[in-house]
Amino acid sequence: MSFLVLDRLRKTYGDGTPAVRGIDLSIEKGELIVLLGPSGCGKTTTLRMIAGLELATGGAIRLGGEDVTSLRPSQRDVGMVFQFYALYPHLTVRENIAFPLRAARVPAAEARSRVDDVAARMDLARLLSRYPKELSGGDQQKVSLARAIVRRPAVYLMDEPLGTLDADQRLAMRELIRAEQIASKVTTIYVTHDQEEAMSLADRIVVMEGGRIRQVGTPADVYDQPSDLFVAAFVGSPGMNFIPGKVADRAGKAIFVSHDGQIPIEVPPVAPCAEATLGIRCEHVHEGADGALSGNVVTEEYVGNASHVHVKTPAGRLIMRAANASARPRGSEVRLRLDPAQISVFDAATEKRL
Amino acid sequence: MRSSALAGPSGRSDDGAREASAAGRAAAAEPFLSVRGLSKRLGRAQALLDVALEAHADELLVVLGPTGAGKTTLMRTIAGLETPDAGSIRMAGQDVTAMDPAERDVALVFQNFSLYPRWTVRRNLEFPLRAPGRRVSEPEIQRRVGWAAELLKITRLIDREASRLSGGEMQRVAIGRAIVRRPRLFLMDEPLTNLDAKLREALRVELVELRRELKTPMVFVTHDQAEALSMADRIVVLSEGRILQTGTPREVYERPVSPVVALQLGQPAINLLRVRRSDGQWVATDGTPLMPAEAAGPSERLLGIRPEDIALLGVETQGHRAEGPRGAAVEIVEYIGPTTTLLCVWAGAPVHVVVPRRGTIRPGDRVFPRINAARAVLFDVDSEPPRRVSRGLPGSHSSLASPPALPLKGGPA
Repeated sequence: MSFLVLDRLRKTYGDGTPAVRGIDLSIEKGELIVLLGPSGCGKTTTLRMIAGLELATGGAIRLGGEDVTSLRPSQRDVGMVFQFYALYPHLTVRENIAFPLRAARVPAAEARSRVDDVAARMDLARLLSRYPKELSGGDQQKVSLARAIVRRPAVYLMDEPLGTLDADQRLAMRELIRAEQIASKVTTIYVTHDQEEAMSLADRIVVMEGGRIRQVGTPADVYDQPSDLFVAAFVGSPGMNFIPGKVADRAGKAIFVSHDGQIPIEVPPVAPCAEATLGIRCEHVHEGADGALSGNVVTEEYVGNASHVHVKTPAGRLIMRAANASARPRGSEVRLRLDPAQISVFDAATEKRL
Repeated sequence: MRSSALAGPSGRSDDGAREASAAGRAAAAEPFLSVRGLSKRLGRAQALLDVALEAHADELLVVLGPTGAGKTTLMRTIAGLETPDAGSIRMAGQDVTAMDPAERDVALVFQNFSLYPRWTVRRNLEFPLRAPGRRVSEPEIQRRVGWAAELLKITRLIDREASRLSGGEMQRVAIGRAIVRRPRLFLMDEPLTNLDAKLREALRVELVELRRELKTPMVFVTHDQAEALSMADRIVVLSEGRILQTGTPREVYERPVSPVVALQLGQPAINLLRVRRSDGQWVATDGTPLMPAEAAGPSERLLGIRPEDIALLGVETQGHRAEGPRGAAVEIVEYIGPTTTLLCVWAGAPVHVVVPRRGTIRPGDRVFPRINAARAVLFDVDSEPPRRVSRGLPGSHSSLASPPALPLKGGPA
């Protein structure tokens, strides 16, 4: 049996608004799970139910084999991390880290040894008697992470903890969290709307939308084999390119034909489908004279290590990821080739992967 | 954005386009907006110091800087909401430094959507056209509101109360309120910052295309380097009230004038390594040779190399570790879409490497990096800025837990 189990978990608010519509999820001990989705998808409500800050209106939560669905937050061995708040400037590093333990009335001797533990693990021991203003920015971040995890619960619950940080600090903090989680092996559930954060942190990603789980998988699963059109569009920056068309069977091969008729292309073997959507990531769209699609450059987004070239074609607008060798003027004609091995096909009606 | 939506108010768009392209030709000689020697003190802080910039008639200029760089003060001063202590602001050849905000005919969009929450979208959009002193006829108001709503894809929301909109919808309405007036200049102060990552990405492209269709110059302020790189015709890098560099995204990214600028652009950040010349090579502080060095010039430098400009010549997995040339120990592996980001310990320092996606590298592996010397940038050793973020890692498995102290000469401790 899994360490943490959500069993048909449901939350409907008093006014009848459904926030979480019955989700099933099994989490193994030591995993870092990211709940990913747009605002209002139910990810934070799910986390708050696990924490006990919201009561489920249906289903069950089992932690370590015990049904905790109706236990108070303090009776569950979970630790909620909301944000990496600024440190208290008038307290030393030791006092800052010990703060949550004092709040939880942990006996002084035990608090001391727990602070020593986490400080040793994170290479902060030499800084314990300093004040925050005497630390480098990076050490301040380490202290705020140490403070967040000093309680050592069975599960950390993190609700967009990096939301207020600048981009470069977010990246450094992400690396700290990942390294700490690998070292400590504490089961962690992390909520974010940022797909890049999810990809970089997660052992497994749970993509949510409209109070339901759309897909559960490793970052590579979710990125390469999205289970539906929503996941394909939401994961990746930019999301997948889509071309509407149909899938026909020709001599035992599955052939996708776009509605404009411009591209017949062999796709992975799927059943024929009259209304289908072809999906392909921008890094699998290539420029080439032998390309099946022709179009004109609409705009080019420079992203530093590459460019995203937006191309208008009769089959729709596609984004190609290109090396930076040359800038392409607006309006110039390009031919595009789609890497057949990297194509996903979806049923346009059900939006599910074929 | 459908171009038919541009058959705009009173069919003005054709004329507008002609005027704009005429203005575009004139702009080769004179930019639409020209800011010279602008200084502004706020309390005890020098918010802006001798700022000079230009925006051409058909240009999107991005001002990039961290919180507190003076970006908002700059926008407010251009808009006329602040009076500069020194310097001048010209628009279309006219000195506007002493003009009222209303006379300048610019539109400002803020990070916070600043709509009237109890009003409908329509009433919010009409508001700037009904302001006292503006004599816009009723049919013209309706035409412009309809035009803006269609352009921004909010026609179906037109009778909805603003408080019932999502964040993205609210920001579209706020932008709509700026464009109905058809101002001469758009000033956008972090308009996408409060939105979800996914929505920001979509609106980025929409805003660029909208501006291009309107052919109105725009100054866009952000702290987000990805936004700056992807949206800008040119970027102005602002830090502590001063301009550090102005150039196209490519120029600023590839040829930053200082480590401070280099660190502002790129994610993960550029690697900065102390190097000294030895036997025709730049070598790291631990003696690792990194790349060929030219014969002349200072013997110590700060080498800047972007993570994607380091290639991997090979990988050794844990347990198959041969003795041989010095490599780099992989600490953290992030798979993000088309690329893989590694944090390694190389040449005695934490170094980021971005390589095309590969699923085979794991923490604990050893890799053999090589710098693409043509893409490296060399800075003065005393230009190294204090690091705001640490690359040190927690965790007992990490050999970075106690990073070796780098012998910094003249740099901050």
